Amino acid sequence: MTRDADSPTLPAADRPAPSGDHGPGRERRPSRSRSGSRLAARRNRSAAVLLAPFGVLFLAVFVIPIGYAVHQSLFRVERSGLGFGAPRTVFAGLDNYTRVLTDSTFLKGVGRVLLFGLVQVPVMLGLALLLALLLDSRVARFKRFFRVAYFLPFAIPGVIAAVLWAFLYMPGISPLNDIGRSIGADVDFLSHDVILFSIGNIVTWSWTGYNMLIIYTSLQSVPKELYEAAELDGCSGFRIAWHIKVPLVRPALTLTGVFSIIGTLQLFGEPMVLRPMTAAISSNYTPVMLSYQAAFGLNDYNFAAAVAVVLALATFVLSYGFLRLSTQGSR
Amino acid sequence: MSTQPTARHRRSDPGRAAPPARRRGTSAARLSTTVLLFAIAGYFLLPIWWLIVSATKSNGDLFGSNGFWFGSHFHLADNLTKVFRHSDGIFGRWLLNSLLYCGAGALVATLFAAMAGYALAKYPFKGREGVFAVILGAVLIPPPLLALPLYLLASSTGLVNTYWSVLIPSAVTPFGVYLARVYAEASVPDELTDAARVDGAGELRIFFTIALRLMSPALVTICLFQFVGIWNNFFLPLMMLADDSRWPLTLGLYFWNSQLRDQPWYDIVVTGSLVSVVPLCIAFLALQRFWRSGLSAGSLKS
Repeated sequence: MTRDADSPTLPAADRPAPSGDHGPGRERRPSRSRSGSRLAARRNRSAAVLLAPFGVLFLAVFVIPIGYAVHQSLFRVERSGLGFGAPRTVFAGLDNYTRVLTDSTFLKGVGRVLLFGLVQVPVMLGLALLLALLLDSRVARFKRFFRVAYFLPFAIPGVIAAVLWAFLYMPGISPLNDIGRSIGADVDFLSHDVILFSIGNIVTWSWTGYNMLIIYTSLQSVPKELYEAAELDGCSGFRIAWHIKVPLVRPALTLTGVFSIIGTLQLFGEPMVLRPMTAAISSNYTPVMLSYQAAFGLNDYNFAAAVAVVLALATFVLSYGFLRLSTQGSR
Repeated sequence: MSTQPTARHRRSDPGRAAPPARRRGTSAARLSTTVLLFAIAGYFLLPIWWLIVSATKSNGDLFGSNGFWFGSHFHLADNLTKVFRHSDGIFGRWLLNSLLYCGAGALVATLFAAMAGYALAKYPFKGREGVFAVILGAVLIPPPLLALPLYLLASSTGLVNTYWSVLIPSAVTPFGVYLARVYAEASVPDELTDAARVDGAGELRIFFTIALRLMSPALVTICLFQFVGIWNNFFLPLMMLADDSRWPLTLGLYFWNSQLRDQPWYDIVVTGSLVSVVPLCIAFLALQRFWRSGLSAGSLKS
């Protein structure tokens, strides 16, 4: 009970509490602290009431399912040799985790999304930073139009964006193939070597504007006097951008970086949409696809749960590491 | 990171609000920047343009004509009829389902997040920071990773393949609680709530009549983000809903798209995609304006 209890208006708030139980000879002080604690209890109760609806749902949707998944990942369903009789669930310890970490398709999937993230995240964030800086600079016109134009793809659901780009990759329908052929570059967007870039393009298209807006917003909160001083010293726009603005939006870049890393590990919708069109995407192309395939293709819920837990841990480690790394560098 | 939302709410367009700044860029720099910005805008807008143009084409024109321009016949009305008549008109049902999931989910999620965020901002109870840290940690858990555990739990409680299996998870937004807390701290003055207490108002009444109104710009932001988040969440309904009458639009279009190899209903998928995108884009642009005016109103107070 800190700041609020000391606030000057509190004695007034005490007024409704009747003070019949203390005699005229006693000091006022003790009664005040007693009614203060009653007030505190009342306010704690209100806080609990306000927190309860979210809290209950949070338990039901986050805490309990995660606990349940961890629990499931420690068991295994055993069927008797001939497949007769009811399957039995037995405790498996960390066997499922050993299976996940030694599964070559899982490791390949992880390698694939890491490679994807190493290329796609810097490209996307670099583009977002460039656009934010350009829109913040004095030489840009039509800022409002551009801001909306860049942000618009974010309003398109990921799956629909993937369906849309799938058409743009489809030979026969795609105008991109026609354009490519006319300048002598015949690219098959769905081929084995190119497919990861094609997926990266969909993600970049969808999320650049969103990241740009976060960076742009943080640029807007920088006091303008800062640039004016640098300008008086004869700094060019480029040098102001690089030496003053970029360091100032570092927290925003860190934030977008963390969200992008999280997004990379959960890559799922885009490859799922492109899958029927190409042989280059297998049913366990990314780790989340593998988990889905294990649960719904093979009915191996225990293995699927272990994959989900490993991925959640990896997400935590990677985003936490990135946070540490980027805050360390700024000191 | 913690300054992010306040910064956003306090922002004002420098070109308009600030006194006219000296324009120092040369005209060459201005021209090249504008050309570059337009070229990049092309990257973001041309696919949407392609979708609009393609929704007016017959199957034949989709393959035969220039992708970025209209075909020989204008087939939009035909295509729309086809989309809504296909498989006994299930597309309309998907549209309504999506609106139900996103509308109800986002509204409830916003209200609950506002309550929790306000409580975390204004009531200094024991363990408050611990509770907040757990909620923030949940922001880092990607939805697809949560969907499988949710599915396992839902299938053991018999909720699988019901509307609730998608609605309940949609009503929770830890990120919204974070935003609501930061915004409540900045925009709901203690003097005001204390004054209301003096007048004898109960805590809940103070929240519903005073705090909720002061927090409304942040609530629009939370609602918008949650709406888009639910509309975007593909993995959860994919896992939970086996019965196509309960699918949201995205799942239905995903299914139609996955059948393309056997069923050449390209026109239907393209037009259906456009229909699924248009309401959201309009809502987005409209809400952005509302959001912006809300933000500038909020910035006057803080």
